[in-house]
Amino acid sequence: MPGKAGMMLTFQRFCVYPQNTHTIRLPLAASYSSSLPMASEAIKGAKVLMVGAGGIGCELLKTLALSGFRDIHIIDMDTIEVSNLNRQFLFRQSHVGQSKAKVARDAVLKFRPHINIQPYHANVKDPEFNVDFFKQFNVVLNGLDNLDARRHVNRLCLAADVPLVESGTTGFLGQVTVHVKGKTECYECQPKPAPKTYPVCTITSTPSKFVHCIVWAKDLLFAKLFGDKNQDNDLNVRSSDAASSSENVEDVFVRRNDEDIEQYGKKIFDHVFGYNIELALSNEETWKNRNRPKPIYSKDILSDELAQPNGNVDKKCAFDDEFSVSAMKSLGMKNPQDIWSLKENSRIFLEALRLFFTHRGKDVGNLTFDKDDQLAVEFVTAAANIRAASFGIPPYSLFEAKGIAGNIVHAVATTNAVIAGLIVIETIKVLQNDIKSYRMTYCLEHPSRKMLLMPVEPFEPNKSCYVCSETPLSLEINTKRAKLKDFVEKIVKAKLGMNLPLIMNSSNLLYEAGDVEDDMVAIYSANLEKVLAELPSPVTGGTMLTVEDMQQEFVCNVNIKHREEFDEEKEPDSMVLSGWTQHVSAPENKDKPAANNGASTSGASVPAVESDEISIVSPTKKRKLTNVPNAPGNEARNHQDELQVIDDEDDLVMLEGNMEGFKKRKLS
Amino acid sequence: MDGDGEELTAQETALYDRQIRVWGADAQRRLSKAHVLVYGMKGTIAEFCKNIVLAGVGSLTLIDDRIASEEAFSSNFLIPPDENVYGGKTLAQLCCDSLKDFNPMVRVSVQKGDLSSFDVEFFNNFDVVVVSSCSLPAKKLANEKCRKISKRVAFYTVDCRDSCGEIFVDLQDYKYSKKKLEETIECHLRYPSFEEALSVPWKELPRKTSKLYFAMRVIEKFEEAEGRSAGEVSVADLPGVLKLKKELCAEQSLNESHVPDTLLERLVTSTLEFPPVCAIIGGILGQEVIKAISGKGDPLKNFFFFDAFDGKGIIENISNSNA
Repeated sequence: MPGKAGMMLTFQRFCVYPQNTHTIRLPLAASYSSSLPMASEAIKGAKVLMVGAGGIGCELLKTLALSGFRDIHIIDMDTIEVSNLNRQFLFRQSHVGQSKAKVARDAVLKFRPHINIQPYHANVKDPEFNVDFFKQFNVVLNGLDNLDARRHVNRLCLAADVPLVESGTTGFLGQVTVHVKGKTECYECQPKPAPKTYPVCTITSTPSKFVHCIVWAKDLLFAKLFGDKNQDNDLNVRSSDAASSSENVEDVFVRRNDEDIEQYGKKIFDHVFGYNIELALSNEETWKNRNRPKPIYSKDILSDELAQPNGNVDKKCAFDDEFSVSAMKSLGMKNPQDIWSLKENSRIFLEALRLFFTHRGKDVGNLTFDKDDQLAVEFVTAAANIRAASFGIPPYSLFEAKGIAGNIVHAVATTNAVIAGLIVIETIKVLQNDIKSYRMTYCLEHPSRKMLLMPVEPFEPNKSCYVCSETPLSLEINTKRAKLKDFVEKIVKAKLGMNLPLIMNSSNLLYEAGDVEDDMVAIYSANLEKVLAELPSPVTGGTMLTVEDMQQEFVCNVNIKHREEFDEEKEPDSMVLSGWTQHVSAPENKDKPAANNGASTSGASVPAVESDEISIVSPTKKRKLTNVPNAPGNEARNHQDELQVIDDEDDLVMLEGNMEGFKKRKLS
Repeated sequence: MDGDGEELTAQETALYDRQIRVWGADAQRRLSKAHVLVYGMKGTIAEFCKNIVLAGVGSLTLIDDRIASEEAFSSNFLIPPDENVYGGKTLAQLCCDSLKDFNPMVRVSVQKGDLSSFDVEFFNNFDVVVVSSCSLPAKKLANEKCRKISKRVAFYTVDCRDSCGEIFVDLQDYKYSKKKLEETIECHLRYPSFEEALSVPWKELPRKTSKLYFAMRVIEKFEEAEGRSAGEVSVADLPGVLKLKKELCAEQSLNESHVPDTLLERLVTSTLEFPPVCAIIGGILGQEVIKAISGKGDPLKNFFFFDAFDGKGIIENISNSNA
């Protein structure tokens, strides 16, 4: 029960214990007696906001409640899925489909019936969670799984001047960090792994890694066959021969009403794995320094089966409902961890395609890839594997492919529990304003100097952080070619993380998102389509644009520099932003993203973690999993330039080895 | 019950998907065949039980005949604070009812009796034994019994007081393999028993050995000397504890600064557990047990310490070879 004598006794003794260590210079803290009843009083009176009721959230809510917190608000927009149940222990099978925030609350009230837990089944980016909302809390605790939301919350906490305790876990790794405006770095002061992007030609013509094949299978082929037909799609291979007109290609993918499904399937197969490859081969330039792919035709792989016309149609497998429709089941293949042969992949490809049309016909034309859609996963795996075979890339099992295509974070309960404990410890320090005791704590898989849990002092704010220090940015862009919408989508939203931006050129409002007066709607829409230099208030070299997000209360100035040419491979956006804490794909310093699914695959010098990493999962080779998530906002992608793969991973920045480098900017 | 055949069922694959991506299907299968025994159902053990039930072990057996009281659920989220529900039941019984809910595929049961009363044959039913709320003699005895069994029974102790926690690991003679880049490395660790570890002279330990190790040993010895059960100390005992500390340090030729009075004061004054530390220690312990059962990952050898005051989670190797 809250306020019990026994519990108070525990917290009375909780204060910073003076200790000197050989690397971290800890100041001598106040002695015991001075902080006696403060901790429990601070806890009792605290109003806490939790963002996220998932893996970390469940553990955190439980530990906060046990620790004596009595007023907890929790925001989570998700509903419960079966795959959550291995670690989100407040949920049961019977809760699948229900709101995480609400069920978590009910579960905790069972063992702490008299505390106040306010759940919100909503997106933290909703306008109701504005600065005033955040201001009512003593501290905000994040248990999120994506960078976008984290940045959003970071800005709101800065605007509201409320301390933020951030955290993340992936597998056995985890971290807890403390962010207090003006005193420590904000969440965005340090570079975070940025969205991984692939130039479109790599996906359409020159894949070299399995993830390229997945992106092709998922975002091009699957989308083309089963998705919105009106969407732009880059499925065509770029060839030097301009005679391959897009109209011919359109015909191939559209299935005529009377077209036999098996014929249609083989036609598609032969087109994408055979004809398209031959077309690509015809462009000699591409293959000068690369291995040539091999065209694959169904008749060569499935020669024995083709002899039975329509024989397979009769052997229909019965499915309980449309959710259990599965090509694997149909073909008697049981193990998702098996690596299929080219023949098996081809069979799955054709069978999955057939099943979509015969059993899920009404879905065709409006599907987007969903990692929990078994048939979609089967199709994408098979398609990616066949393409991989064509390009000499080793195949993956369905289990692994699903992880890549679905951007699945591997996760266990224990790491989340440890991190939750660490979060509560930091929270109590924050409530007591015990600044000198704040720590960033890293949970390691392999001990570093005997430590599995490694605390480090926070840093001072980064003076060049464009988020908390208001440093102006510079943007190199071709002001005669780029449109305002490119700037908004690729820079303001994607890179600067603004949700509902406002763009101004001096005092001229060029664009405003969200609720806008009727007479302005048309003007803003028109502005988006205009080239920068041709805007009503022209944007040229030397212009300073002001971008702002009212909800995040975040303002940023961007100096525009005109530039004519950009490198297609290195600068696929035709824009270069500087002064912005740039992502590190090949870090020189000791910071490194560790064991997240977003490890760089660029082939450039990969962070040290890869050579030390001991593979626990993969039986044969060490696989570098990379992200191919289905991020929100994908609709806004500009297909002409690239396929943006947005990193939705928990990001971890691991500190290892020499701590000396960090001494300079420590708090005390 | 062993899994049906060698494949994971569709239900297991769906439920355990995220963790299979961490440790593999093979490890998951081994987990489903493992039998775990736990003694002493306080907050940290509750956390540990939650973790391994979620992980999907074959069975979990709980021992704790203490009748539930208000103190019990101050740090134990498995016990509903409703007298109508908890009245009269033992801690083991209450925790068992809650744990079953977390994962219907795990068989959770209660065993009545005092730890010291079970013979070697009893321990032979298990692959892992975890004890807490346990006096020094009882710990040693249980450890010895486990070591007498020909198949390896992994033995762990855990103790959390104030905002500190200690884990001890004994995997006896432990061989495992791991992959480094493209190679497979064979590893071999030899663990001392609890008694053997404690017999290592203090002055032979590295200078920076965690102060918590020594502090816990002083209190352990005090409780034994005074005939107390584990955790049965209070601030009134502080003078006696400090006196014992002086004696032990002199005996062991260890400078007293290695066992700060302030630390001892903390540990005797608030013997209740601190929930965040329960979560941390319960999590680390859970991971260790999963490693030992699955044979994957470097197990820690052989002590782990955490103190919320400095926030460090430290591994100490307290053994004669000091390897």
